[in-house]
Amino acid sequence: MAANPAPASSPVRLEGVTKSYGSTTVLHGVDLALDPGELVCLLGPSGCGKTTALRCIAGLERVSGGRILLGDEDVTGVPVSRRDIGMVFQQYSLFPHLSVARNVEFGLRMRRVDRAERTRRVGELLEIVGLDHLAERFPHELSGGQQQRVALARALVTRPRALLLDEPLSALDAKVRVRLREQIRAIQTELGISTVFVTHDQEEALAISDRVAVMEAGRIAQLGTPEELYRRPVSPFVADFVGLSNRVSGVLDTHPDGAVVRVQGAAIPVIGGKPGAGLGSALGAGSGASGSAVTAYVRPEHVRLAPGTPVRAQPGPTTSTGIGAAGIAATVVSSGFLGSIRRTVVELSDGTTLASQHGADVAFQPGDAVDVSFAAEPVAVAPLG
Amino acid sequence: MSAGIPGRPSPAAARAVVAVIGIVFLIPLVAMLEFTLRNTAGGHDLSHWAALFDPDKARGYRVLAQGVQNSLLLAVISLGIVLVLFFPTIVLVHLRFPRLQRALDLLTVLPIAVPAIVLVVGFAPIYRVIGQTFGSGVWTLALAYGVLVLPFAYRAIAADLTGMDARVRAEAARSLGAGWVTVLVRVIAPGVRRGLLAASLVTIAIVLGEFTVSSLLNRVTLQTALLQISKSDPFVAVAVSLISLVAAFVLLLLVSATGGPPRRRSPGGAAEVRVAPPTTPRAAAPAPSQKEPGRGR
Repeated sequence: MAANPAPASSPVRLEGVTKSYGSTTVLHGVDLALDPGELVCLLGPSGCGKTTALRCIAGLERVSGGRILLGDEDVTGVPVSRRDIGMVFQQYSLFPHLSVARNVEFGLRMRRVDRAERTRRVGELLEIVGLDHLAERFPHELSGGQQQRVALARALVTRPRALLLDEPLSALDAKVRVRLREQIRAIQTELGISTVFVTHDQEEALAISDRVAVMEAGRIAQLGTPEELYRRPVSPFVADFVGLSNRVSGVLDTHPDGAVVRVQGAAIPVIGGKPGAGLGSALGAGSGASGSAVTAYVRPEHVRLAPGTPVRAQPGPTTSTGIGAAGIAATVVSSGFLGSIRRTVVELSDGTTLASQHGADVAFQPGDAVDVSFAAEPVAVAPLG
Repeated sequence: MSAGIPGRPSPAAARAVVAVIGIVFLIPLVAMLEFTLRNTAGGHDLSHWAALFDPDKARGYRVLAQGVQNSLLLAVISLGIVLVLFFPTIVLVHLRFPRLQRALDLLTVLPIAVPAIVLVVGFAPIYRVIGQTFGSGVWTLALAYGVLVLPFAYRAIAADLTGMDARVRAEAARSLGAGWVTVLVRVIAPGVRRGLLAASLVTIAIVLGEFTVSSLLNRVTLQTALLQISKSDPFVAVAVSLISLVAAFVLLLLVSATGGPPRRRSPGGAAEVRVAPPTTPRAAAPAPSQKEPGRGR
């Protein structure tokens, strides 16, 4: 698991949190600490434990082990109603019998805030989410996006210690989703509230997070900035889950200058392959031996295509590292226009298919002969199997 | 007339079905009304209805008044059992112990599956103990009525509860600082308002119409009193039966009318929260369109 140095007074901190349902353990000692005002996404496939982790922070699930701290207070045994957190749910969770304004003021009523203050704060929050003109409407009179903004205002009006968002955009249409996530980020930044955002949408996570915790089978596989996750994935799982990756079979070649994976003569540097960089963490256990067969995870934008000769049995010459100099003969299978970019799928002579992402102004036709080379970006590798 | 929707009956056919069903229900009611209007001379007048409210004849109808009074008391107590005991229990099982749901489903069918006479035979020894402990007041009959109304009340409430996403709303309320009682009263109950009203109506209808248990346990209720009165004055018995049927129908109409989404209060209404005008031009989110696209419910 990725280490996460905890700041002195992290607004949200999980220390070795485990959660089991009977004999099934869904969280295995999760450690996580947010910086003040930070937005951290819990990203992962279905069943990885991200929602369970969020519910544990909220107090909606009782942890089986470990501690949860909000600021300096250990809230592990504190019920959800006394944790002072704001939460937005995946489903529209507004109270249908209350107007927008009364939904938003619900938390203030529970805290017995006086009426004048309630009115002021409800107005302030509705203004922030841009719905002050709909204060007297009922939830069924609002669109899905508007309902989630009301839910956000309701969660924030009590000025909670942390904001927890459980896939708040997943029930919305694509365009609304993008617009609302930008609004959520703007509001979160403006209010400076520490936020945990659960999503299975990697684009969403990369777009709005300060840091992303990629979860795999109840553990945090990697915690880092979106760029770190994308450019330096610590494991094949992260490389495969965050962004698109080609899985390319090759042979690991380690030498004092670093490690590369050789793919039909071309050489691609390996993440952590430099001396002392901890190659083992990027590889499966026991797979770091030179000469072992591995799978390399190559990003489509790092697969370069150039018009080639129709038939060539052997790849072109390579440098000592082979970076960017190799040309592997391949044939275009398909090419799709995606707006600003184009994605082209090619097939190597051994039947391996690779996706390449390149500018939309370069077009290939199915059957075109191309030369494939790889950019000098390090890749994650895993034992072939 | 516009073309009907494929697979659905035309409006005319729908109206015809409603009319036939209405007639089937109305015929016995009209027959009852006609019966109560008959006089001894072979004509029709309001003499039997007038007799109901005649102070001179009140003594003869004392048992009927007692029966009505007892039945209303039992209806109120049974309603209390449904709202104060059953409703929180059903919510508790739904939210906290969903695994018990199937067991509860099965349990609540039993009062329907077991014949009333068998129930009474089972109740008899229990009521001996109850009589020794609490006396033989008519209110104790509400405990048996609670069992009788359970299947109907349970289904009316549980169906609404399943359809309202109760778990998420309860969690949302809890995360906002609400305790369980607040969640139950201010979040769940308004969401299952129709179910609660339906359960209440069914409870009242069952209690007002129940005869077997009260008769076999020797309690005076509306139905046992009606039987007693009918032996001496069948006209009054039928008139009171008609009143109780119409009252049940009106209750049903009221329940139907209280459904639907909440409506905005009129401008003159006393809405409790008025949003204060913006004090600072610091809206983080851009002003939206009146209703942006999305999957609103």
